Amino acid sequence: MLLLKLLVRNAFRHRLRAALTVAGVAVAILAFGLLRTVIDTWHAGVEAAAANRLVTRNAISLVFPLPLSQRDKIRNVENVSAVSYGNWFGGIYVDEKNFFANFCVEPASYLAIYPEFLVPEEQRLAFLKDRKGALAGRKLMERFGWKLGDTITLRGTIYPGDWPLTIRAVYEGAHNTVDETQLLFHWAYLDETMQRQQSSRAGEVGFYMIQIRDETRAAETARAIDALFKNSRAETLTETEKAFTQGFLAMSEAILVAIRIVSYVVIVIILAVAANTMAMSARERTAEYAAMKTVGFGGGTIGLLIVGESLVLALAGTGLGLAGIPPGARAFGHFLSDYFPFVEVKVLTFQLGAVLGLGVGLLAGLFPAISAARLRIAEGLRRLG
Amino acid sequence: MQEPLLRIRNLAKQYRRGEQDIPVLTDITLDIMPGDFLALMGPSGSGKSTLLNCIAGIDQADAGEILFRGEDLTQLTESELAAWRSQHVGFIFQFYNLIPVLTAQENVELPLLLTDLSARERRDHAVAALAAVGLADRLDHYPGQLSGGQQQRVAIARAVVADPDLLVADEPTGDLDRASAEEVLTLMERLNAELGKTIVMVTHDPKAAERARKLIHLDKGELWADTAAARAGAREAEPHAAPQTPGP
Repeated sequence: MLLLKLLVRNAFRHRLRAALTVAGVAVAILAFGLLRTVIDTWHAGVEAAAANRLVTRNAISLVFPLPLSQRDKIRNVENVSAVSYGNWFGGIYVDEKNFFANFCVEPASYLAIYPEFLVPEEQRLAFLKDRKGALAGRKLMERFGWKLGDTITLRGTIYPGDWPLTIRAVYEGAHNTVDETQLLFHWAYLDETMQRQQSSRAGEVGFYMIQIRDETRAAETARAIDALFKNSRAETLTETEKAFTQGFLAMSEAILVAIRIVSYVVIVIILAVAANTMAMSARERTAEYAAMKTVGFGGGTIGLLIVGESLVLALAGTGLGLAGIPPGARAFGHFLSDYFPFVEVKVLTFQLGAVLGLGVGLLAGLFPAISAARLRIAEGLRRLG
Repeated sequence: MQEPLLRIRNLAKQYRRGEQDIPVLTDITLDIMPGDFLALMGPSGSGKSTLLNCIAGIDQADAGEILFRGEDLTQLTESELAAWRSQHVGFIFQFYNLIPVLTAQENVELPLLLTDLSARERRDHAVAALAAVGLADRLDHYPGQLSGGQQQRVAIARAVVADPDLLVADEPTGDLDRASAEEVLTLMERLNAELGKTIVMVTHDPKAAERARKLIHLDKGELWADTAAARAGAREAEPHAAPQTPGP
C-alpha cells in the first residue's frame, strides 16, 4: 500500500509536468479515436449496403452506359426479384461547393428496392406522378432550407443545361446509417430531354439495381447476369452493392491509408514525449532509488515503481482522451453532416485507444525502469570519499 | 575473546578512468567489533566512502574478503546482498536521502516493507523510532517541512527502525549547522551507548570524529590506525598495518 502511495505521489510530483503529459496523452488518444471514426464513417456506406442487392454496370467502366434493353433480360434471370435503373446525374445546385449526390432513377422500382427510404405515401404518389418531381433526403432539405413544392434548378455537368425540379417528397432513413443527403428524380425526365437534344444518349442507363431473392446465391446470380451480355456491345459487370460501394471507396483509399498512418504516428509521437518525461523523472530521482536499493529494495521493485508511475500518467490521459471521443465525434458529425450521413464511434475504437494508452504507459516507463533497476547504488549515491 | 562483527582482510579496489586504473583501496585489513563507534577520516578521494560502501555491501571490492559474523559478503549475489542489508545494516546519508513525497512516518516505515510485519506493526515501529529521535510530533510532516537536523533525525529513525546490527553513516553532519550536527552526533552516541549499535561513520569533521570511540585514517587508499595520540595528530601506525581495533 505504501509503495502504491509512493507510485501515485511520484506520478504527480511535478504537477505541471504531469498535467502536460496527461494532456498530451489525452489529445493523442482523442485524435486517434476521431481519425479512426473518420475512417469508419467513410466505410459506413459499405456496411449499410444490403446483401440482397446487386449492381450491374458497364464492364469497361462506370462512366460507360448500358442500354435500357438489358433490363428485361436481367429481370428473367433466376433469383432476380426486381430490377431498377438509373444514372449518376452529377448536377450542381447554385454553386459547386453545394455538392450532394443526385441520381435520376426509375422511381417506382427504385423505391421498392430501397425500403429503407421512408417516404409518406401521399408524397411518394406525388413524386411518382410528376415527371419533373424530385425526392430529397431530410438532411438535404434542412441543409438548403427547402420545402415541399419548392422548385430548384440543377445545372447539368454530364448532361448540359438547367434542370428545374420540384420537390415532391422527402425521405428519412429507416436506420441511422441511411444517407439522407441524396436527391432522386425521374430517369424518364432525363431520357425524354436526351431524346430531344442528344438522341444518341437516349435509352442509356448508368447502372441497374437488382434485388435478389436468395442472397446466398448472389455470386452465382451475378455471373449469370454477366454471362447474358458476354461478347455484346455492352458487357456488364455485376457485383453486390457492398462490393460496388467498396469499389468507390478504393478510389479514396490513399487518403484513408494516410489518415490511418497519421492516427498511429500521433501515438508514436506521444510515446516519445511520455518516454522523455519518464526518463527525466527517473533521472531526477536517481539518488532516491539508490537509497531505496540501499535499504534492501531490489531492482525489480524500483523498475515496477517507474513503470507503474508511467502507467498512471498514461492511463489518466487515456481515460480523458477516450471520454472526449464521443463528444468530439458528435461535433465532427454535426459539422460534416452534409457529407457523412452518420457518425458513430465503434467499440473497437475505444478498445484500441485503451490498448494503445496502456502500451504507451508500459513502453514509456520501460527503459527508465530497466536503467534504474540496473543502477549501481554507489553510482546512484554519487559519493566517493 | 569476543568475535569481530566485521572482519576485513586484504581488501582492494580500483576504478578505471579511461585507460588508467586508479587504486582506491589498497590491502585494507580491519576488524570492527560489536558495539564499536568508529570514525573514518581522510582527505577527499582517500577511499573512505568506498570502504564504507564495501562494508555496507553496496559496492563490491576487487580483492580481499569482508566477513560479517563469518559470512563472506564478497561471495554474495546482488539480491543476497540486498537481503543482507535489509536485515543487518542501517544507513545515514549526508543529504538524508528521504523520499520527499512521503511523510516522516512513511519514510521510516519504508525499510519495514521488506519484513514480515503487519501494517499496524510497521506503523507502531515507525512511530516509536521517530519518538526515539525526538520527532513524535512530526509524524505527518514531509521532509520539505522539516529542518536539516530534523530530516537527518528522520533518516536516523529510518536507519534504526529495522533494528540492524550495523549503522553506517556517510558524512552525517556534513550538511548541518553546528547545533544540528551536535544533536545528530549526540543521538548517534546514544544509539551506540544505550542500544549497543555498531556504528561506522565517515566524516571530514574532526569534531564529529571526536565523538567516536575510535578513529581510523585513510589516505591514498591505505589505512592508518587510531589511538588517542592519533586524535592529537600523531600517527602511530605504519602504512599497511592492520589495526586490530579493540572492543569497547
